[in-house]
Amino acid sequence: MTALDSAIVVTDLSKSYGAVEAVKSVSFAVRRGTTTALLGGNGAGKTTTLSMLLGLLTPTAGRATVLGEEMPAQRHRVLPRINFTSPYVDMPKRLTVGENLSVFADLYGLRRPRERIDEVAEDCDLAGLLKRPYGSLSAGQRTRVSLAKAVLNEPDVLLLDEPTASLDPDVGDRMRTYLERYQHRTGCTMLLASHHMGEVERMCDDVIMLRAGIVVDQGSPRDLIARYGRENMEEVFLDIARGRIEERVPGSAAEEGAA
Amino acid sequence: MNVAARIERYTGAAASARRVRAVLRRHGYLILKSWTRIASMMYYPTVTMVVWGFLTLYLAPTNNFLKDAPGFFIGAVLLWDLLFRGQLGVSLTFIEEFYARNLGNLFVSPLTLPEYIAGQLAMSMLRALIGVGGACLFAFLLFRYSIFSVGFPLIAFFANLLAFGWAIGLAMSGMILRLGLGAEELAWAAIFVIAPVSGVYYPISVLPSWLQAIAWGIPSAHVFEGMRSVLLQGVFRWDHFWAAAVLNVFYLALGAAVFAWSMRYARDRGTLLQMGE
Repeated sequence: MTALDSAIVVTDLSKSYGAVEAVKSVSFAVRRGTTTALLGGNGAGKTTTLSMLLGLLTPTAGRATVLGEEMPAQRHRVLPRINFTSPYVDMPKRLTVGENLSVFADLYGLRRPRERIDEVAEDCDLAGLLKRPYGSLSAGQRTRVSLAKAVLNEPDVLLLDEPTASLDPDVGDRMRTYLERYQHRTGCTMLLASHHMGEVERMCDDVIMLRAGIVVDQGSPRDLIARYGRENMEEVFLDIARGRIEERVPGSAAEEGAA
Repeated sequence: MNVAARIERYTGAAASARRVRAVLRRHGYLILKSWTRIASMMYYPTVTMVVWGFLTLYLAPTNNFLKDAPGFFIGAVLLWDLLFRGQLGVSLTFIEEFYARNLGNLFVSPLTLPEYIAGQLAMSMLRALIGVGGACLFAFLLFRYSIFSVGFPLIAFFANLLAFGWAIGLAMSGMILRLGLGAEELAWAAIFVIAPVSGVYYPISVLPSWLQAIAWGIPSAHVFEGMRSVLLQGVFRWDHFWAAAVLNVFYLALGAAVFAWSMRYARDRGTLLQMGE
C-alpha cells in the first residue's frame, strides 16, 4: 500500500507522560475510504493515538500524517477536512442543539448552514430537538448531537471514539447504518475506537489491536477471527486483552514486543 | 466540490472573520438569553459606583478637591471597573469553555489560536460595555454624573484600560490552562494586585519612590494620572497616553505569549481533551 492509498499514516508514533509511555512506537496505515477499528482495553492508548491524529496532542516521537499533512505541525491545512466524536468532550449546555450546530457551521465555513443543519438533524433523528437546550438532552440524544456535529462539514476523515457507547441498540443500529451510508456516499475514511465488537465486525474493514501502547496485531475482522480460531471479535479481543495471544498465535507482534 | 475550492473556504480574512463570529455567537447566545447574566455583569460596577457616589455627596460640601471635581471618584470607579471587566471578559470567556468541556471541539475545528483570541477580546469588549454601561446609566440617573462629559480623553482612557485588561486576561487564561480550573480564582483576583500601583483614587506621587518606579511601568497608572489631569486641570496629558499605549503593546504581546505557551503545554500534556469541571 502506498502513502497515496492511505488517508492516515502513522510511523513509530510514541507518546510519554514523564516516565509513563502511553503509546510506544506505533505504526499503521488506514486505507482511504475504509473503516478501521482501533481496539484495546482501557489505557491501551486508543484515545492518545486519536488525540495525536487530531493535532490535540504532540507526539514525543514518530510521525502521523492525515490526508498527507503532518500532525500537529500542519493541522490547520487538514482540520477543515476532518472531524471527530469523543466521550471526553461536550458542548455548551445552555445553548440549544440548533445554536450549537450553527456555531460549528460557522467554524467549518459551511455555505448553507441552515440547510446542512436541517439535513444532519434529519439524518441523526434530531429534527425535534433543535430548539431544546443541549443540557436537557439524555446521554443518547447528546451522542447523536455529537455525531451530527462530526458530519456537519462532510469530513473526508472521521475519527470516532466510542461513537455509539451510550445509545440503545435501536438508535445505535440506526447510527451505524447512517455512518455506513455516509461513507458509501462520500468515500470518507473512518478510524473507530470502540468496545462494541458487533459494531467492529459489521463496520470495519481492518482492525488494529493495541495493548499497553503497542500494536499487538492487525488484520481484517475475518482474518483475526480465523487466525485466533475464535467465533467472533469479542473472543479475539479477550484473548489479546488477557494476554492469551502468544499461546494462540505463536510469533505474534505482542510476543516480539515482549521479547 | 474539489479539495482546492474547499480549502479556499477555510483561508483568508473572510474565513477568519467567520470563525471569530462563531466564537462571538457561541458566547452571545449564552449572555443574551440570560437576564441574570446581564444583571450580574452590571451589578458589581453599579454597586461600587453607588457607594463612591454617596461618599462624594457626603464629603463634597466640606472638601475643596471634590467641589472642583465632583465626579472624580465616580469617574475613577467606572474606569477601574472597565479595566476589571475587560480582564474578566477575556478570562471568563475561556473558563466557560472549560466548564462546557468544549475546548477539544473548538481546537479540532479550523479555528486558530489568534482567531480564538480575537473572539475572546471582542466578547470582553461586549461584556465591559454591558457591565460598565449599566453603571454609567445609574451614575447619571442617581448623581447626574455623565462620564461622557470627559469627551475625547474618555476614548483614550477606554482604549488603554481595555487593552491592559485584555493583556492580563490572556495571561490569566494561560495560567488556568496550565494549572487547571483550581486556578480559576486568579481570574477574579489577579487584577487587584495592580490596584495599589494604579493610583485609581490617589496620585502616584503619594507612593514610596520604589513603588512609584513600579507604578510607571503599569499602563493603568498612566491612565489614572491622565484622568486626574483632565478632571482637575482640564489638560489631556499626551505623554501619559503614549506611555500607556506603548506599555500596552508590550503587555498584550506578553499576555498572548503566555497563552500561546500554555496552549503548547496543553498539547504536550493532552489537557485540551481531558480538562473540564
